[in-house]
Amino acid sequence: MTATPAKAAAAPATPRRPVQPGRVVMYALLVLAALFFLVPVYLLLATALKSPDAISLATTWHWPAALNWASFSEAWGKIGGNMLNSLFLAVTATLLSALLGSLNGYALSKWKFRGANTLFALMLFGMFIPYQAVLIPLFQFIKELGLYGSIWGLILAHVVYGIPITTLIFRNFYADVPDALVEAATIDGAGFWQIYRLVIFPISIPGFVVVIIWQFTQVWNEFLFAATLTNTTSQPVTYALSQLAGGQAVSWNLPMAGAILAALPTLLVYILLGRYFVRGLLAGSVKG
Amino acid sequence: MKGLSKDRLWSMAVLAPSVILIAVFVYGFIARSVYVSMTDWGNDPAQALALEPIIRWVGLANYQELFTGFLQGRFRQELVSTIFFTVFFILGCLGLGLGLALILDRNPKGEGLWRTIFLFPMSLSFIVTGTIWRWMLQPGGGVNQAPTLLGGQPSTFGWLSSTDALWKFDWNKLPLLTASVVGLVLIVLAVRAARSGDRTRTLVAAACAALLLGWALLIGPNVKLLPAPELHGFNLALIGIIIAAVWQMSGYTMALYLAGLRGIPEELREAARVDGANDLSLYRHVIFPLLAPISLSAMIVLGHISLKIFDLVYAMAGPDNISTSVPALNMYLTSFRQNQFALGAAIGTILLILVAFVIVPYLSSQFRSEEGHA
Repeated sequence: MTATPAKAAAAPATPRRPVQPGRVVMYALLVLAALFFLVPVYLLLATALKSPDAISLATTWHWPAALNWASFSEAWGKIGGNMLNSLFLAVTATLLSALLGSLNGYALSKWKFRGANTLFALMLFGMFIPYQAVLIPLFQFIKELGLYGSIWGLILAHVVYGIPITTLIFRNFYADVPDALVEAATIDGAGFWQIYRLVIFPISIPGFVVVIIWQFTQVWNEFLFAATLTNTTSQPVTYALSQLAGGQAVSWNLPMAGAILAALPTLLVYILLGRYFVRGLLAGSVKG
Repeated sequence: MKGLSKDRLWSMAVLAPSVILIAVFVYGFIARSVYVSMTDWGNDPAQALALEPIIRWVGLANYQELFTGFLQGRFRQELVSTIFFTVFFILGCLGLGLGLALILDRNPKGEGLWRTIFLFPMSLSFIVTGTIWRWMLQPGGGVNQAPTLLGGQPSTFGWLSSTDALWKFDWNKLPLLTASVVGLVLIVLAVRAARSGDRTRTLVAAACAALLLGWALLIGPNVKLLPAPELHGFNLALIGIIIAAVWQMSGYTMALYLAGLRGIPEELREAARVDGANDLSLYRHVIFPLLAPISLSAMIVLGHISLKIFDLVYAMAGPDNISTSVPALNMYLTSFRQNQFALGAAIGTILLILVAFVIVPYLSSQFRSEEGHA
């Protein structure tokens, strides 16, 4: 999966056409679809900015008369610590799995050995399993390591189960690097590590960006491991948010403000680096 | 070439940690889960959390309990729910995603902005999505109040609380239904193989179909899984969860289809137009067939996500809402709230088998074609 064919395909610009009824229908459909996607955001903001006593089911759709920014500081008070847990977790796990994925992808695509593809397929299977099928042994294992309740147990789980996808993305990325580059370096006497350091790593930046964005989003958003392997001190934000929203007595501005806080990091990454986000998305399903 | 073998050793050494980790954490743990699912660990609450629990081998008893036990009706409904959920979720994502991609492919102004709007839910956690939609689908809340914005009456549909169900069937008929459906599929396969002249495949498929249908006709009607009829169907409370899931994931199929559409060479469209194809037949005969492989991979990715989805349900409807529950959620509750580890492991294993049906043929076909090239 290279950037070049995508760019080349997007290049031929369509000639300008006069206004047609078809175009009007097209824009109408676009607006309709955009409403479907944005209405939840409107309700999210409107509810988060209301004060608890202004929230009633009958006036759900009204924009708050007075904006109550205190919802956010109050929500931060409840889940801020968990946000920091999530940040530490996501950054550490992402960097570790990106590094592993890069080395694996390099070894699998540039130093092919017999059975490399079978090995890779067996690794990829790990990406698709329902984690419920490994959850009980994983829980026992983490507990036996003494990591239950610690953020490091969660990091370990995310790094291990992140290996397949990061390896996949890097393997496809390096497959587009001409073998001639590696061969030339070999003739010059460079070994496995020298080639990685001098040839492969310097051109890997886009691959790293894709993998880091993808893993960061995945780890930040994950819930099952978060709910099973941690205790109150190390719980990430997804779990804290589910607790905040699950309680019956809480007024709805809090979970809504909490949802915005929990969504912001990945949303920002997506809006700022959307192009790479989409590439990671596609890499997860298309072999390239 | 000098030093080559040392480099190959290095490449294997670099792979070794990952291979070992995957071997233990994926394959080892799956084996362990399957083993646990065949014991009685946790069936006696006193033993569940004991330091040295007495664990006995019980074979397939836990599976039998799940499929036929009086207490496990919830699991059976969940199994049915997850199948309905998967079907509608995939249809929704493919339909909406394809529609949006087709529109964006016509180069509207501000294409990047539209794409961002359709894709942003993908970056959210299912927990965030669930929290938002839980609020919107409150019985007297957002969506039900929407008609009043246009001067209508508020709707009273119980989005997440409805206990109504459609297409109910008796669980006792499940073996019969399964055998008939699989038998019919095999007949279709046999006919197609016969047309393409593949004799062995025709014979094998036809023989299996005959066996299954014969069983369905002669023995099937007398099989009773449960002493009394037990009705399961498509719970209407799931509709809201399906909508939220489609809201979150259809941007993904849109991105896939859009990449596919952009990959179709302009010459191909021109050639079809020169041959006199209008827009409709251009799509039907040229573009859609080219998108078919994308639909397949999207179905597989969405299918496995859908089978293991549980955070969305947890956040939207809570853990104890039986009409919206799915096996993945039940596994978590059974294992970590009730400490019935063996039963939980059995549910996890059943999920794995369901997902494997989808994933293993896909992975093996992808890699067979690749080895062929090499």
